Amino acid sequence: MIITEKLTKKYGKQTVLSIEHLEIPKGQSFGLVGNNGAGKTTFFSLLLDLIQPSSGHITSNGVQVNTSEEWKPFTSSFIDESFLIGYLTPEEYFYFIGDLRGANKADVNALLAQFQDFFHGEILGQKKYLRDLSKGNQKKAGIVASFIGNPEVVILDEPFANLDPTTQIRLKGIIKDLAAKDNVTVLVSSHDLIHVTEVCERIVVLNKGEVVKDIQTSTETLKELEAFFAG
Amino acid sequence: MFKLFTGLQWKSFFRSSTFGKSLGIKILMGFFGVMMLFYLAAAGGGMYFILKKIFPNQSPMWTISQYFIYWILIELLLRYFMQKLPVMDIKPFLTTPVKKSAIAHYILGRSGVSIYNLLALFFFVPFAIVLLFHGYPALNVLLWIVAVFAIVLCVNYINLLINKNDKALITIGSLIVIGYALDYFQVFDVKVFFAPMFHALYAYPLAALVPVGFAALIYYINYKYLRTKIYLDATLKPKTVKANTSDMAWAKKFGEMGPFLQLDLKMIWRNKRTKSQVFISLLFVFYGLIFYTQDIYSDMIPMKVFLGVFMTGIFLSNFGQFIPAWDSSYYSMMMSQNIPLRKYLESKATLISVSVVVMFLLTIPYLYFGWEALAINFACALYNLGVNIPVILFFGSFNKKRIELDQSPFGNMQGTSATQFLIMLPVLIAPIVLFSIFYYAISFEAAIIVLSVLGVIGFALKNYLLNLVTEQYRKKKYGMIAGFKEKAS
Repeated sequence: MIITEKLTKKYGKQTVLSIEHLEIPKGQSFGLVGNNGAGKTTFFSLLLDLIQPSSGHITSNGVQVNTSEEWKPFTSSFIDESFLIGYLTPEEYFYFIGDLRGANKADVNALLAQFQDFFHGEILGQKKYLRDLSKGNQKKAGIVASFIGNPEVVILDEPFANLDPTTQIRLKGIIKDLAAKDNVTVLVSSHDLIHVTEVCERIVVLNKGEVVKDIQTSTETLKELEAFFAG
Repeated sequence: MFKLFTGLQWKSFFRSSTFGKSLGIKILMGFFGVMMLFYLAAAGGGMYFILKKIFPNQSPMWTISQYFIYWILIELLLRYFMQKLPVMDIKPFLTTPVKKSAIAHYILGRSGVSIYNLLALFFFVPFAIVLLFHGYPALNVLLWIVAVFAIVLCVNYINLLINKNDKALITIGSLIVIGYALDYFQVFDVKVFFAPMFHALYAYPLAALVPVGFAALIYYINYKYLRTKIYLDATLKPKTVKANTSDMAWAKKFGEMGPFLQLDLKMIWRNKRTKSQVFISLLFVFYGLIFYTQDIYSDMIPMKVFLGVFMTGIFLSNFGQFIPAWDSSYYSMMMSQNIPLRKYLESKATLISVSVVVMFLLTIPYLYFGWEALAINFACALYNLGVNIPVILFFGSFNKKRIELDQSPFGNMQGTSATQFLIMLPVLIAPIVLFSIFYYAISFEAAIIVLSVLGVIGFALKNYLLNLVTEQYRKKKYGMIAGFKEKAS
């Protein structure tokens, strides 16, 4: 599904990302872990064609992302708060995203209804603009917005950060459900090793821009990761 | 303690991102600032002679006392918009061992020396100096200045008490209108009624104590109030506006462009800076009056073309020059979403087109100054529609500076760079030059026709031109994303 070939990203002389070959099959739930500056967000930004690769390329579903825009209809993402439009209410934002992704109001409402628990009554019907919501609630809105319009690739950067424990647990359930669907590929990055090992079938560790571990998740995985990061 | 606070204030000023702006803009802003102070001082110095000329039988001191009440009300009104209580900066001190009373005094003291208070002095001190030269008693004049400054402080602290209360705004606004109406229709002479009170400040030196005492009292009330409110959840929390949801179903008629049109309208309406752009644009309808009413300009046809382009295109230039920076805070989302860039741009073009048409309709009354005025405005509107809209959208792709939508519009230069000045050249100068050439070489009618035809051609080629612009935005995409991410600008 997503194939990365000889991808590098350099700023001046500093190489921030260098991936020789990485293949993520369709339907996989894929976790990306690494310390600050390991290149996680850089990789996601390249995947979304927000920055240009210095060399190499990524193809998603056969579409090379930096030359064609055909990947946009089946890809959705939430990277950070800059993906939200501050002067809209959450509802308006969801409908706007729906408009862009070919989901009408009824579709969006049906989807939102599944996330009542997740929202915990703090998002919908609050008469507040997104810019006035707390960081955690903004994040919830952004994450759910990325599920609108039946995307085949969902990219979430640090989805667990800033969320309260209840919401973290619910989010894990949501991501697992999503990943259980055959045709949806979920890419998640996180600093929290426990969450990632619970949610993802496969975990890739980035260190200083390079892939240093590529693990199929098992009962041993958490220990292995902890050993790596402790060292 | 106060010294420490002042030192921090100093640093926050000189290290602020506004101060780190490019040198050109700094010089320009500084220039405008100095010009304004100069005008104020000149007006203050000249006021004595002006008043003497208009009301030769009255002492200028008496005349100015008559208008004092209006000055106070208008200043309150202006401050309502411009000034806010500087409470947000004190958050870091809440947990440090600083007495809350010291913090309260600091906030109030700081607003006492704010630039708004000094503006009035720039006017009144020159006025007082002229008075001294004309043999007014020094003691009285000096104490009068003290009294004036005390009144300024009163206004300052009253404004803090009002603190963005809409009801107070309406009260002040209606007081001004009612007072002026009473005066104008000679029902009740407000000016004459209040004049002795303010004149007393000059006539009886000790009377200066009254405003001084009043200022102290209001300061004390403010202090008492503030002292109990220095908590995160009381004063320090920025007010959140209650959202009003609107689904604008009519925008659906515009098909694929609909969502963007909705988004743009919401953006304009829900953010301070864009909203004020709309009001400012509407006010500029009257700009032409300054020139059309003066005989010197009656033969300067190119000047009128400038007015035509400017008035019908004011929103085009004010709003258009910052496309797509208005969307800068969520631009990376827009670029990774399933968005037809073309529709996005088309929505902006439509919005600006509507503004040009509206502005043209509003300028129709200029017909009063002859059919030429209407013809010029019409040709300019056509030119704006056909040529200037694609031009301004094209140059927009050079925008790389972020705009924070929710910041105050006054004196806000965010997003401004050399691009903005370059844009104004083709948009404003080109039509004037074109018009002038045909006007002087052939005739007025020919020049009108040339501008109109260019506009129509541009309009006919709209699809082709928009495609070119879209291509340009694609090419510049990465630069824009990176630029819009840089917060400090």
